[in-house]
Order: sequence, then C-alpha cells, then structure tokens
Amino acid sequence: MIYEGKQKIWADYQKEIPDDHYFYVRSCIRQSFFPASEATFLDITRNRLGKDIFETEHHTTCGGIAYHSDTIPQETVMTIIARQFALMAKNGYENYVCSCITSFGLYCETMETWREFPELEAKIRENLWKTCKLDFAKPKFLIHASDLVYKYRNLIAKQAVHKLVNVHTGQPLRVVEHIGCHYSKMFPSKGVGGAEYPYVLVGMIEAWGGEIVDYPERRHCCGFGFRQYFIKGNRGYSISNTHKKFESMEPFHPDFIITNCPGCPYFMDRWQYVIAESTGKTYGKDGHGIPVLTYEEVAGLVMGYDPWDLGLQTHQVGVEPLLDKMGIEYDPEKKYLGKGGKDIGQPEPCICMK
Amino acid sequence: MKNNVLIVGGGPAGLEASSQLQRLGYNVILIERSAALGGHLAKWDRLFPSGVSAQDALKTLLGRIEGVKCFTDTEVQSINRLDKSYNVILSNGITVLADAVLMTTGFDLFEASRKEEYGYGIYNQVMTNADLEAYFRNHSDKRIDNPRRIGFVHCVGSRDEKAGCRSCSKVCCATAVKQAIEMKQAFPEADVFCFYMDLRLFGRHYEDMYLKAQKDYGIRFIRGRVAEVAENADGSLQVKAEDTVASKPLKVSLDLLVLMAGMRPSVSGRRVGELLEVPVEEDGYFSVREGIVSGQRSPLPGIFLAGAATGPKTLPDTLADARAAAVLVDDYLSGIFTEAKHYKNLVRELW
Repeated sequence: MIYEGKQKIWADYQKEIPDDHYFYVRSCIRQSFFPASEATFLDITRNRLGKDIFETEHHTTCGGIAYHSDTIPQETVMTIIARQFALMAKNGYENYVCSCITSFGLYCETMETWREFPELEAKIRENLWKTCKLDFAKPKFLIHASDLVYKYRNLIAKQAVHKLVNVHTGQPLRVVEHIGCHYSKMFPSKGVGGAEYPYVLVGMIEAWGGEIVDYPERRHCCGFGFRQYFIKGNRGYSISNTHKKFESMEPFHPDFIITNCPGCPYFMDRWQYVIAESTGKTYGKDGHGIPVLTYEEVAGLVMGYDPWDLGLQTHQVGVEPLLDKMGIEYDPEKKYLGKGGKDIGQPEPCICMK
Repeated sequence: MKNNVLIVGGGPAGLEASSQLQRLGYNVILIERSAALGGHLAKWDRLFPSGVSAQDALKTLLGRIEGVKCFTDTEVQSINRLDKSYNVILSNGITVLADAVLMTTGFDLFEASRKEEYGYGIYNQVMTNADLEAYFRNHSDKRIDNPRRIGFVHCVGSRDEKAGCRSCSKVCCATAVKQAIEMKQAFPEADVFCFYMDLRLFGRHYEDMYLKAQKDYGIRFIRGRVAEVAENADGSLQVKAEDTVASKPLKVSLDLLVLMAGMRPSVSGRRVGELLEVPVEEDGYFSVREGIVSGQRSPLPGIFLAGAATGPKTLPDTLADARAAAVLVDDYLSGIFTEAKHYKNLVRELW
C-alpha cells in the first residue's frame, strides 16, 4: 500500500463544506436501527461545538426507499424532495444536511437531473406550487451529515476524552471503514475522497487516533442493496454479500467497523449474528463479533458519552470488547435500562456469538 | 539558398522526417524538449511483432540525421507568422526563421493512476507497460520477484468514455501480447492472463504473435474488463473482472498486474500548437487539412504534422507518416520558394 498515492486522490476529491448554519433532515430508519445516532449528532454539533443546526417536524421521507423499490414515479419523488428544499428556504437556510445516505444520493441525482433537464425542474416547480403552495428553492450546499462530522473532526479531537487507541497495548485501533454506496459511487465528486478511496470516514479515524484497514472487499455492498433485502426470496443474496465482506476482512483483525449509511451498520451488525448462529463462525476474537458503529456513535465514544446513552445496547454484536480496548468505563447492569431507569428488555442470548 | 524547416519533437517521427528533409536539401532544425532524442522509443526494450531491439531501431534513426541541427532541452518560446515563414524564438535564445514547421510532438502515456479502480500508485504490485519495458531494459524492479500469476489489462485509458479517452491507442493489444510472451519467457512457471475488450491485432504478423502466445506459451486471454483491484493481506492483488465469453464474473489473485496505458495527446505539443493556433479535434489531437488525401497538412499554411501528433500510431505507421510529411513539406516549399528549386536539383543530382 502506497499511502501517498491515496493522499493524491484525496486531494483531488475535496468538496466545500460550510462551517455553520444548516437545515437538518433525518433518516426514516436510523432512529429505529440506531436510536441515539441522530440525537448525538445534534447534541455534538449544537451543544458541544456551538453550531446552528435547524430541524423541523414538518419534513418527511425523501421517498428514496420507494424510489429504489420502483414503487413511486420519479416526478412524485422529485416533488417530495422539492418540498424538503422549500422548507429549508422557508426557514431561512441555504445549507442542507441530511442524515441518510440514500437521501443524499437521491438529492444529488435529483439536482443533477434538474441541471440536465431544466424542463423537468420547471414541471416540479409547478407541482410544488400546486400541491403545497411553496416556493421552489435549491440548496446552495448539499452535505451529508458525515461530511459535517468530517469537517468538525479536529474540533471533536480537541474535546476527546478517549482516543481510538488500545489502552492496553498503546497501539491504534484497527478500523474498517464502510461508506454507503449512494454516498459517492454515483457521483464521486460529491463525496469527500471520491468513490474508490473515500476519505470521509478515514479522516475521522485518523484524527481520533485509529488506523484504517484496507481489505480486498472494501468496496463491496454491505448486503442491504434494497431489492436484495426487500424481496424476501432474495435475502440469501443479502447475507452472502455481507458474508463475503467479513471473510475478506477477517485476516486483517479489525477492532471495529465505522459506517455512514443507515443500512450498512444494520446489515453488517445483524447478519453477523445470523452467520454465527447458522454456521458457528464469528469474526472477532474469542467468539465475539466485530462491532459495527455509526460515525456519530464513534464520535460520541471519543467525546466521552455513556455507551448506553449512545444506544450501543441495541447492537446485535456486543460492543464491550471495544469499550474495554478504549478504556471506557460502563456499567453492565445499566445496559438494558432506558431513560429514567426503565427496563427496555433483554434479547435472548446468542448461542454461538458472545 | 536553403530553406529552413523547423521540426518540433525529437521522437521517431521527428528523426525520420529530419533525415528525409535533410536529404531533400533543406536546412533542418530539430528541437526536443527533453535531454535526449528518441521519445518513447528510447525508453522501450523490444518492439512487436518480431521482438527487434528498440535501441537498435533508434540507433538507425539517429544515424541518419547527420547534418541536422539538433537542440535538446529546448522548447518553443514564441512564434510569429511572417509573410511566407515563421519567426520562432527557442528557449535556448536562438531565433529560427522557419519556412515550414513540422510538428512531430508525439503523445503522452495515459496517466494510469486516473483509473483509480486499478490502484496504480496505490497498490505496490500494479505497474504500467512503460514500467515493464524499463524492467526489461534494466532487469530491476522491486515489484517483480519471481511472480507466479501475472495479469495484463488492455485498454487502460483507451476506448474509455469514463476516462474521456474514446479512441483506440492501436499499439496496446500488440504490446500486451508481446510483453506477456516476454514475461512467460522470463518466468516459465507463471500463469499469465490478458484481460481485453477486443483484440485489435491488425498489423502484419500480429495475429501470428497472438496465436504463438496461446499455443506456445499458454497465455490465457479473457474477454472482459477488469472491474476493480484490491490488495490482499499478503500484498498480492485481488482482481475482479467479467469473463464475457463464459458470462461469469471472476476473481483472481495475482502477483503482478500490468496496465496497458494508452496514448494521449502530448500536453507540451498542445502548448506549441496553441502558440501556432493549430486547431485540435474533439479527441485532443491536431486537426489535419484533408484527412484522407493528405493527412500531414495542418489547416494553416506552412505547418505540417506527423506521427502521433494527429492520433495514435504504431512505429511503422509513424515513420511512414514522417516520410509522407517530408514529401508534402518539399512540395509546399517548392511552390512557395521557386528560386530554391535549382539548388535542390543540384543536391539531388549528387545522390
């Protein structure tokens, strides 16, 4: 591996990320999968870093899941997106930051389509007025939330309580990074670092003391892939994609995986359990899995948030080995206690995976 | 009085045209921006299809330019068009009053790192055709340590809309077959794979070379583009491709991957072209005045073009193009400077 070669590519794929004043839109599914990630993003950016991040309860889905399932006409999904953008402008913002990679890809695709076909943009403008009585607007800057955490990575590092370092050995933690396919594979110039060697998550890991693992199937899909999973009969494809990735990364002994997509952490986390329980194979040390975290969760751990406040108990793969390596104290008794000490219930123990 | 002809570019086309125009009785000034004459030929080891020495071929070309005024490490600084000629100021301070200018500015090799998915400059075991020729010449490259599985990727930066390079580079298929044979000769135990879209082996004896590669050396030709390259834990490469004959995706581990970087318009040639205001076509190569019937004339009076300045060419095609350009330059100058005809006739009678 020639690190300087990657640096050259990273230099070619930088994008302008404004420092402040964003209109924030959430993901449809992340709050179910990883319930504290978006709340942590807002807490870090607003309360720890003092940034102006605005959100409104009036925003909706972007329509991406329906779009990629071929169940919604393109003009309809574009009108939904135009409404989101109009809400941004109505509230006095011109920088748009979204939590979801599917949304980010779809916003990029929509804006490129409008640029290429102005007559379609005119039609959507008309649709928006007819249906919502809102004025059409486009963001000046379209940013994914991981871009913003990348932008703030050094500010976060300054407030770090823990580093991505094994406190027992002093060695940097070995981290696999996995970006969502729709982050930059469709439009490489829209992602930090491009599509082949994306830097957005690498930059965070480097800034917080970790070491990136480059493994052969790094580019491969996590196993979500929409139709691979939505159609029940195709789910074998989904798990075989995930299996391929884990077989490929296993020889590199990663300490954890960082992701920036709603689907990727979910599938790489949950399918590890299925692989373990159906084949007996685990990919971490001593029968453990490899923890899969969102970038907000990693930022939260680095900044000293309580692991259970970050929602790490909702992961299928136990995160305790990672917490131990980072020297993070946690109370096992409180793992399944929610807000106000409410018992949120425990999953059945795994047979093959610790 | 001898007419001055300025030739810009000291590769094979420039050398061959220089020698031809010198023999026709012109005062030839050849400039080359690098330190040595020979262009890409000077860096090559052997030439397809017969495997003759590139250095011997270059020596032959250099041996023919006696009397030509050569300036290396020299570039065109500025050009002014006069009534019948061009006033050219060179970077070495010399001013040339050129009655004709022949652009033999050649090509640049495609920058293989632009095909990011192939990992040139990122993965240690990925190299280019030019790197491999350097190895054949010097017998030293830390990437080559008794490789057991070797791959060649055709059309890197050729016939590739995504890379902005639509045209075929003409020489890569034959070069890949030649280099694959040479690697098999050097490492008989190695498995050698060539990943191709089409095999364009159009020249005389090229097809024979291709058949020999399969029959005598067991080189495997796989019709399909390489999708991506990655590095395994042991430093070897994982290569994913599609075998379009078998209609199956495939994944192989290789010890060495050679990218057949194609031809791109010369950046420094384009700079000189801009000074002269020579138009270029969409592919980046210079436009010619009458494509089929006289492909060596530029649309501007007194400006001629030869070799890869007007698109990818093999070495024999380049040399033939240079000779054709010399004839057209002679034809042009004979028409413009009629008083020079008598002198040239005397020179030719001496032959």
